[in-house]
Amino acid sequence: MTETAHHRGMWRWLTTTDHKKIGILYGITAMGFFVVGGIEALFIRLQLATPNGEILSADAYNQLFTMHATTMVFLVVMPAAAALTNYFLPILIGARDVAFPRLNAFSYWVFVAGGLFLTVSFFVGGAPDGGWFGYAPLSTQVTEVVRMDYWALGLQVLGLASVLSSVNFITTVFTMRAPGMSLMRMPVFAWMATVVSFLLLFSLPIITIGLLQVFLDRNLGTGFYSAASGGDPVLWQHLFWLFGHPEVYVLILPAMGIVSEVLPTFSRKPLFGRSFVIFSGIAIGFMGFGVWAHHMFTAGLGPVAEAAFSLTTMFIAVPTGVKIFNWLGTIWGGSIRLKTPMLFSLGFIFLFVIGGLSGVTHSIVPSDAQQHDTYYVVAHFHYVLFGGAVFGIFSGLYYWWPKVTGKLLNERIGRLHFWLMFIGMNLTFAPMHILGLNGMPRRTYRYAEGLGLDLWNLVATIGSFTIAASLLVFFWNWYRTAKHGQPAGDDPWDGRTLEWSISSPPPEHNFDVIPVVHSEDDFWHRKYTENEAGHAVTVTAVPSAPAAEGPIHLPSPSYYPALASSGIFVLLLGLVYLPWGLIAVGAGAVVTMWGLFGWSMEPLTREDHG
Amino acid sequence: MSVALHEEHAHDPAHIRKVAMWVFLGSECLLFGTLISTFLLYRTRTGSGPTAADVFDIPFTSVSSFILLMSSLTMVLAHHSSVRKDYRQMRLWLVATALLGVTFLAGQVFEFTEFVHEGLTVTTSPFGSSFFVLTSFHGAHVAVGVLMLLVTALMSFTGKWRPDAGMDVELVGLYWHFVDIVWIVIFTVVYLLQV
Ligand code: HEM
Ligand SMILES: [Cu+2]
Repeated sequence: MTETAHHRGMWRWLTTTDHKKIGILYGITAMGFFVVGGIEALFIRLQLATPNGEILSADAYNQLFTMHATTMVFLVVMPAAAALTNYFLPILIGARDVAFPRLNAFSYWVFVAGGLFLTVSFFVGGAPDGGWFGYAPLSTQVTEVVRMDYWALGLQVLGLASVLSSVNFITTVFTMRAPGMSLMRMPVFAWMATVVSFLLLFSLPIITIGLLQVFLDRNLGTGFYSAASGGDPVLWQHLFWLFGHPEVYVLILPAMGIVSEVLPTFSRKPLFGRSFVIFSGIAIGFMGFGVWAHHMFTAGLGPVAEAAFSLTTMFIAVPTGVKIFNWLGTIWGGSIRLKTPMLFSLGFIFLFVIGGLSGVTHSIVPSDAQQHDTYYVVAHFHYVLFGGAVFGIFSGLYYWWPKVTGKLLNERIGRLHFWLMFIGMNLTFAPMHILGLNGMPRRTYRYAEGLGLDLWNLVATIGSFTIAASLLVFFWNWYRTAKHGQPAGDDPWDGRTLEWSISSPPPEHNFDVIPVVHSEDDFWHRKYTENEAGHAVTVTAVPSAPAAEGPIHLPSPSYYPALASSGIFVLLLGLVYLPWGLIAVGAGAVVTMWGLFGWSMEPLTREDHG
Repeated sequence: MSVALHEEHAHDPAHIRKVAMWVFLGSECLLFGTLISTFLLYRTRTGSGPTAADVFDIPFTSVSSFILLMSSLTMVLAHHSSVRKDYRQMRLWLVATALLGVTFLAGQVFEFTEFVHEGLTVTTSPFGSSFFVLTSFHGAHVAVGVLMLLVTALMSFTGKWRPDAGMDVELVGLYWHFVDIVWIVIFTVVYLLQV
């Protein structure tokens, strides 16, 4: 590749407004941050491998556990889900792009600005160290160091990016579906992406205001969370968890959507009780706003509130349980093919059930009073987040990789990846149940010898390096597949949904002709009908492709989204270092306005003369 | 039916943008909801500083609220003229709306300076913090609205302005009415109920 061609390649990525390219960008960025967050975790585990660990200072430990969680939640799982949503949501509903392609690019670049901004903090006087939940007054008190300013501002813009893409996705789903693609015919992954968008839309503003208040307390001297001037730090806990609990469903629902696509494909059966899966997803979305105070059972809310939230927390496990039975019903009696995506989905079910059960044990207040802030909670949320969300996402990666790249990931290496990750995950997090019940607190950088915690901590550390090894195996698979992978063909898994009806990788405009949808799992029904015995038989007459439509309008590339978000990055840096930073704030604001203005004056589309 | 309806709208950018605006305003509701909740929690936490009854001047704020309400009327008229493709009229009403918005903002600035003189600042007490942050957050929304109104009026001069590109009057109107409605809530909850 010549130098200029290379530059042109970079420029294409920087200015792209194609939802597929943006999806790939999200995916690669998330993978990069996964490595960062993973290294942070390995440091934590090294420190805790033995009693009285010497590797990290308390200060470094605080930064690492804060940034590990912040990175994994906001810079890995959310963007990884955004990657798959961006790439596949339009295709799954038979559209050529999202409703607002440039806004979509802007969301991505704002996310990058926020992620870099948070990570830069490591190199300028220390990263945020007040926990991913930033409890006040810890987050508001120490104003001489700017670490929690980085945190408050970083999350603020990441939130902005997510709200914008939620508006985009919701609008796409409600206005861009192909003819015949009624809401109930939408694939479950598309449904879950929609529910997630609504959750973000309504939960992020709550934390936006909370973060604004934290920022003002720190920089303007307001008294929102200062008990000395009459403010109430518990308000922060309410605002954070009003966002935080819906957020955990933001993290898990995409994985549930993926599993609901993968299981039917590899069992060669439709999803069992499809509408139940969809409605329980919606129910989870609603109920997710009614359980937040279960994170505050030790904050002294009083018996009435505690009883109420204990009940709602037990109830929310019901729609979750419904889904699990639906998945089991899907596999039941199917002709199962244990390909790697299927392995990860089955792993998801197994691990998520364990995490869900420990969640239900938290819902019992007296019991939670013992578990709260111990490693038992750490075990719980890693089973749901790693065993759940991350396994689900890997299932999706293996499943859709051939569609995105045109090449199949190697099965044998994939199986090795799965088993290493599965074993490593259980080695790391299962012992934490025991550690927690034995009283080991979260977020402390050392534990003394002779408390009976040594063995299980060592096991957990060994487990964490097993996970790291499994990730290296994945990267090897990635590399090998790029070099010598088998061509996948359009439909390697005998799929059910529209993405498998187009080429791998898909053309820029996705569909030569916008499909007309006649049923759920439309593509499957184009390939098979049922005989009298209820068995699938191949349709012989392949319907000929209808004549091509008129010219296809594609969104034109634009550098304004990236430009505007670079302004936001400068503006943020300025806000940290007030009052001198005002200069940077001004400069950043000018660049942002320039980007937004240029953007609004640009023509919208170009025609595809392909 | 749904198919037909859907196809009809499928490539109508104005419709798509309107849906997006509604969705976005849904999110905005939660922003204001959170600010108002914070205020309600802190409304009596005045410390040694002035209370709501000490500083609020209801007649004055009623007048500025009325002005903002009237701007919704002019906004409707602007939209009406744009539907009739009477762009001269439309510009006139857009600018009138913007001016009413600016008047409201001026009132807010005046009110804030008065409060500061009477000893209520954003750092005086949680009451002061939550009051000023809520009302200036709303003020910022009005300011953004004014900007959108003026840009729309200006863009209608250029050849670039087409009903299917950039901001259209209906969209700006949706936003503007929303900001007005939020003010009615704020005026009732924050002012009227506190004195
Ligand atoms: C069956 C459903 C679930 C129930 C009943 C449940 C219940 C709970 C409860 C009561 C706590 C608070 C424990 C404490 O701090 O004392 C908690 C913590 C947590 N849960 Fe769950 N949970 C469920 C599912 C999930 C899912 C699906 C996720 C994410 C994918 C998740 C992520 C978390 C996280 C991150 C925390 C800890 C937050 C922190 O303190 O930093 N949970 N869960
Ligand atoms: Cu929760």
